[in-house]
Amino acid sequence: MTASATGTRPLMRKPKPARSPWLHVGMIPLTLLWLSPIVFVVFVAIRPFDDLAARGLGALPISFSWEGFSTAFEGGGLMRALGNSIIVTAVGVVLSLALSACAAYALSRFAIPGRKTILLAMLAGNLLPPQILLVPVSAITESVGIYDTLTALIVVQVGFGIGFYTFVLHGFMRGLPNEVFEAARIDGAGAGRIFWKIVLPLSRPSLAALAALATTWIFNDLIWAMTVLRTEARFPITAALLNLMGGYSSAWNVIAAGSLVAAIPTAIVFFAFQKQFVSGLLVGSNK
Amino acid sequence: MTAPAAAPARPSRAGQAVRALRRVPLLVWIFLLIPLVVELFWVFWPAANSFSLSLTRWDGITPAEPVGLGNFADLWDDPIFTRALQNNVIWAIGFGGLSVAGGLGLAVALNKPGPLVGLYRSAIYLPMVVSLAVTGLFWRVMYAPEGPINAALGVVGLDALRNQWLADPDLALYAVLIAAVWRQCGYIMVLYLAGLKSCDASLEEAAAVDGASAWQRFWKIVMPQLKGVNMVVFAVTVIDSLRTFDIVWAMTRGGPYNMTQLLSTYMFQQAFTLGNLGYASAIAVVIFVLAIGFIITYLARQARAEED
Repeated sequence: MTASATGTRPLMRKPKPARSPWLHVGMIPLTLLWLSPIVFVVFVAIRPFDDLAARGLGALPISFSWEGFSTAFEGGGLMRALGNSIIVTAVGVVLSLALSACAAYALSRFAIPGRKTILLAMLAGNLLPPQILLVPVSAITESVGIYDTLTALIVVQVGFGIGFYTFVLHGFMRGLPNEVFEAARIDGAGAGRIFWKIVLPLSRPSLAALAALATTWIFNDLIWAMTVLRTEARFPITAALLNLMGGYSSAWNVIAAGSLVAAIPTAIVFFAFQKQFVSGLLVGSNK
Repeated sequence: MTAPAAAPARPSRAGQAVRALRRVPLLVWIFLLIPLVVELFWVFWPAANSFSLSLTRWDGITPAEPVGLGNFADLWDDPIFTRALQNNVIWAIGFGGLSVAGGLGLAVALNKPGPLVGLYRSAIYLPMVVSLAVTGLFWRVMYAPEGPINAALGVVGLDALRNQWLADPDLALYAVLIAAVWRQCGYIMVLYLAGLKSCDASLEEAAAVDGASAWQRFWKIVMPQLKGVNMVVFAVTVIDSLRTFDIVWAMTRGGPYNMTQLLSTYMFQQAFTLGNLGYASAIAVVIFVLAIGFIITYLARQARAEED
């Protein structure tokens, strides 16, 4: 679905003449303005509390201190929260993609009756507003006995995400050339073997795009964590940060440092996989 | 096994189904059924439950007590609910309008590659990777009484415009909205950049040769080709607006005086702060009813895309 968006039309035209400098005149200030919230949060995070109290949040830093970070880690338990987030994200992403890849394979390569309806129904599940699920999901986790555990959060993330990932992977797997499958079947490979040896390796680009996207979604989630978790020690970083804010409401350097810690993992994913990330965002919008 | 549509049409539909069943290996059925059951159990079953819960009064401990449509009648008379509904309309229009205008404008400006363009694009995308909750915290720093925004206004001599942004009942909703738009613009820009890439450049060139101005070319040649993207952006924006929760919760929790309450935050508060689970479910049903039209629009488009 995304692969087709690139490189279809060979561009034979000559490169455009140099553009007017006005683009840069407009874009440079805009870019700086755009980044300013991030820059200011960095400034606040690295300033000592006394300096913040004396000169206000808007002043530029004149001294540097790790105070905000160390308080956030020690007093706020951010390390534990970060660990929880990483566990939930890693397990959640792998499980969702594994299950979705299986479902997408079944729906795209086999004559399952009503497969189009099944596919769209699965996608529809992902589009539902989460609010319609919150109260029953919380009750169900309680009755299954996993309320207030990371397992509950993982399971809920997987259940809610599957529909979208299946839809995207289905679009990709459907486009795989038939000849490959014919050849494999003539060689006597069964459905499982074809999936493992051919479909999964060939689907790597779309799996990568979805993995980048799913990582940020699951890592950044707040509402599901607040719905199925109660104990602070099990909170992922988003929920833990909001708690931190309650405890250190005037210590802006602690809050800023904590927010940066929460933002850095997804920023790394973004910079490392910018191409996959962007193509991940495009799936489902097909041009 | 592959392309079932290619199989010759058979007279009996039932026979066809049976044959299809036999043609699909057992393992493949398992591949399909496990994810399907997970989604049915964790998405569709709870969703159905919300509807029945919305007809009850329930505190989560004692058995739910059926009240018919009583919750919905109460909602109608609930000033906070009305406020939340109104705010959600403002939110959908403001959030949608500003992020589409911003995202589309940026996409047009940054469509053609050039020096620094990649850098500008990355800067605009960057907020997207920051979670909505953290975006909220970032902007709390910005909006703090002695924070950067007020300080900057002081520096340029606009002291009169300094405000307690998040504590002012008239401004708070818009202050939160700006933060949300800051994060959304990058996403909309990605969608439009892809749309612009698939536009036929020769049409625009032909119009330019015929003497059409850049403005005319944009509205008469490029915009019609972006119809598909517009549809997706519209549906996605409305669905997103109805889901918006994290950023408001992180910045104001619906306050001051419920002036930034959206349907989702009010629903959450009723459910998990106040324990009115039936009433909260009724709000959830309202959110669902408002969203379903747009969900279907989006699905219909995806279904059509599946066909070609």
